[in-house]
Amino acid sequence: MGFMNLFKHFLSDGWGVHPDDHKRPAADAPVRIMPVPTKLYLPLQQHLGGPARPVVLVGQKVKKGEIIAEAQGMVSAPIHAPTSGTIVAVTEVTAPHPSGLTLPAIILESDGADEWCELRGCNDPFALEPAEIGKRVAAAGVVGLGGAAFPSAVKLIGASRAQVTTLVINGGECEPYLSCDDRLMRDAAAGIVDGIRIMLHATGAQIALVGIEDNKPEAIATMAAATADFPQVQVRPVPARYPMGSEKQLIQVLTGIEVPADGRPADIGVVVHNVGTALAVRVAVREGKPLISRLVTVNGACASAPGNIEVRVGTLAEEVIAYAGGLKGEGLGLARRVMGGPMMGMQIPHWRVPVVKGTSGILALDAGEVAEQEPNPCIRCGSCVKACPMGLLPLEMSARIRSEAFDEAIDLGLKDCIACGCCAYVCPSRIPLVQYFVHAKGELAAQDRAKLRTEATKKLAQQRQERLEREAREKAEAAARRKAEREAAAKATAATAETQGASA
Amino acid sequence: MIAAILSLTVLGAALGMVLGVANKFLAVEGNPLVDELTAMMPGSNCGQCGFPGCSGAATAIADGSAAPTCCPPGGKALAAAIAAKLGITVDLSAMADDGPKIAVVAEELCIGCCRCSKVCPTDAILGAAKQIHNVFREACTGCSSCVEKCPTEALVMRPVPVTLQHWVMPKPLAA
Amino acid sequence: MNTAPFTAQPVASPHAHGGNSVTRTMFRVQLALVPATLYGFWLFGWPAFFLWLLTILACLGFEALSLKCMGSGRIKATLHDGSALLTGWLLAMTLPPWAPWWVAVVGGFIAIVIGKQVFGGIGQNVFNPAMVARVALLVSFPVPLTQWVTPLPMTHLAAPDFVDGLRIFLGSLPQPDAIASASLLGFTKTEMSRGIDLIHSLGGEHAPALSWIGARSGSFGESASLLVLAGGVYLLLCRIITWHAPAAVLAGLAIPSAIGHAVDPAHYLSVETHLLSGAAVLGAFFIATDYVTSPNTGAGQIVFGLGIGLLTWVIRTFGGYPEGMAFAILLMNALTPVIDRFAKPRILGRDRKGKALDVPQTKGA
Repeated sequence: MGFMNLFKHFLSDGWGVHPDDHKRPAADAPVRIMPVPTKLYLPLQQHLGGPARPVVLVGQKVKKGEIIAEAQGMVSAPIHAPTSGTIVAVTEVTAPHPSGLTLPAIILESDGADEWCELRGCNDPFALEPAEIGKRVAAAGVVGLGGAAFPSAVKLIGASRAQVTTLVINGGECEPYLSCDDRLMRDAAAGIVDGIRIMLHATGAQIALVGIEDNKPEAIATMAAATADFPQVQVRPVPARYPMGSEKQLIQVLTGIEVPADGRPADIGVVVHNVGTALAVRVAVREGKPLISRLVTVNGACASAPGNIEVRVGTLAEEVIAYAGGLKGEGLGLARRVMGGPMMGMQIPHWRVPVVKGTSGILALDAGEVAEQEPNPCIRCGSCVKACPMGLLPLEMSARIRSEAFDEAIDLGLKDCIACGCCAYVCPSRIPLVQYFVHAKGELAAQDRAKLRTEATKKLAQQRQERLEREAREKAEAAARRKAEREAAAKATAATAETQGASA
Repeated sequence: MIAAILSLTVLGAALGMVLGVANKFLAVEGNPLVDELTAMMPGSNCGQCGFPGCSGAATAIADGSAAPTCCPPGGKALAAAIAAKLGITVDLSAMADDGPKIAVVAEELCIGCCRCSKVCPTDAILGAAKQIHNVFREACTGCSSCVEKCPTEALVMRPVPVTLQHWVMPKPLAA
Repeated sequence: MNTAPFTAQPVASPHAHGGNSVTRTMFRVQLALVPATLYGFWLFGWPAFFLWLLTILACLGFEALSLKCMGSGRIKATLHDGSALLTGWLLAMTLPPWAPWWVAVVGGFIAIVIGKQVFGGIGQNVFNPAMVARVALLVSFPVPLTQWVTPLPMTHLAAPDFVDGLRIFLGSLPQPDAIASASLLGFTKTEMSRGIDLIHSLGGEHAPALSWIGARSGSFGESASLLVLAGGVYLLLCRIITWHAPAAVLAGLAIPSAIGHAVDPAHYLSVETHLLSGAAVLGAFFIATDYVTSPNTGAGQIVFGLGIGLLTWVIRTFGGYPEGMAFAILLMNALTPVIDRFAKPRILGRDRKGKALDVPQTKGA
């Protein structure tokens, strides 16, 4: 470490952490293409927003690329058949989620032919209207492939409405172990750059900045070569530091602008897309092919042959691992199964969980990697404060949450927490800080739901009360009317009798 | 010595008098707590607590004659919230709370007698005479008033299934 | 394939850890204290060693006892974290090297039971336990706590051997008068109170000299400022502590003393005297950086450190006690929650007050 580096080391603002990246050798192994498994499990909710609605019937035959569930609501994405075959069931499968709960899913049995349906490509996407590109991307079911799986078309259309000026392409891949974006940039740089140019056209942005962490020199080199002819697409190496790939952090490093806490990147003229999404957009627009497969990194100390594998969406993790070479020692040392990266990924209860559009990695971690230990009391060392990329006070927030003072935690900035995991990663007392924050956010959402429900109940009770009163009133009125009628009739009879008597 | 004791005694007596007078003349009219508690209750006036409606229960809880745990539809969550509001501790373990429940009609048993729909405080039960009834999941508060009325035991309370959207990450175990 | 047990309790991310632990942190701080401690043993001989050993043992013992009384099931794990050991070590370093055995035991009791466990154990104490014990001892037992000895290196002929050292420690052998001495700060304070100003008192032949390598009387951990400083630099390099608090303490002490000395050298000690005397360096690098009792943010630590430095100077210059580091630290410890409240980091996308940054309206226009 040179003197200047030492100096910088002391003066740096120091957000984030520098985890051991574990990316090689998986990143250097060539991509393997996994054959289509016999059965594919396609959850109807693979993205943020509303779940998709099935448009196929059990027993129906579908071609590869045919739509099987359509988008529902403003923020949603359709789902397509990843291969040709028969729909055998619509049932529940385990979600890639720590709860181990299930999600409704369509089960597709492959017929082995892997036959495409009719595709509608476009040779010159730059001649299309930007809105038409948005429509085609939406129809292809493209979602953010970085992990959050936000429907990409919503972002593209929103960006073109908000008149963004800068397109930030996220090639950061700051999560340890994962190398699918790295591999994609090395192998398909030309396609990615083409996709970026299509997205520039679709959003109306003038410039695209591709942020790539400097621990991926090969990707930087190939991307730089691929962008040489397009001055509007610039490759920008960024320092390797977790969470560099987080939207707000990457924007700040690349453009120097902070995204306001209540705002979206589009508010400051920026929209962020992942490199994998750029390629998916290109494929969707040029070839008309929907998003039905993706690169998945299989890694972790328990994986026999770590590497990147092209997998059809809906393949069970179990089968992906088996194809990748299985687990070392039949999985004897396995301590945790994770979908996604180790910093923000989801623990899954077993391997019979399907790969969804947002699955970037399947990790089989051993006890040493997870390094789980019983938590100790907080010693207020402030490591979490230094590590937090958002400038929060994780130790204070977790203390408030522990005593259920959620309001105080919100005042301290709970809602600004991006759950990146830096705080828990550095905590010497091994306090599961992220779990506190996720718990609090869940509790707050539950409280909001309960409040809405109470209000709805009160309204219902009130309406019932009104109905009962109305009914009673109507009954009383009816009774009164009847009584009046009866009296009138009686009077009439009496009168008649009188007249009769009088006349008699 | 005597002077010190005397002066402190006089001072204490005088201040005590001031406090006593203040308590008398500056007393707060009514109890705002009851309104706050009423706002927290489910509001369906189902009557399972044995008080006339939710506001009755709130009054009883506020003056201490009822425990915060008296509201079955509110469950543990409400009991905890009320206890926090009142600054008291309650034994939640005594409450049998397996999470929220709603009423479900067993269709093969329902004879369409309409007795349940008459007692439902939120009009959550749909059905006409001689027709199989059904419960609106969204409107049911889980008060189980209908269960007692059903002559064929077609109404049963079932726990609301937890879905991914409603799942909450458990709180970490304390260090 | 499914041999790994599925834990009933779902766990949140991250599924990795940087490997830092409380034990490792405490161990590194102890490592940083080793050079100054060994040098102290050599300077002050066996009694200093016994004092050090018993203070640590007392702290560990009282920690275990308190945990047992509270019915904690984690006695072993808590002792293993090394915090009680470190408290004892730091306390020993601030005591007069030939203090008798009961000082160590009472000090250990005050530090652990009153200074730490009463507040709820590790991480909960408001005041630095070692400093609480040091101040309580000084106020309660001023005589044994201000009896300094001239350094008498182990190799020196007059130095007590193992047995004599033990006897001095246990109080059965009176301290030889010849080696009794005053610390520099104590000496000047006494002389000042006798009306002799600094120029004359420090010019006198009995004046204790200032020494970088610590060959002078004082607590056994404070004399070798250079070695304590080396330990502090080690902690800085392995990122156990940050520069904010130590730099601020030293600056808070140096700035007023420089001004004072420039104005009136007869009444105000010089900067180097202040920095090299007493617990200045030890306090700056090892006590003011105590995680539990110092603010969490860099800005807060600067305010905290400046306060300690300034108060130390004020107490040393105008107070009744010759040394004020421990008092200053305790006073600032009490202010830590307040400092923490005001010195919060800025949240990304918000201003200092926590309001969201404005969304620019001009774009695209």
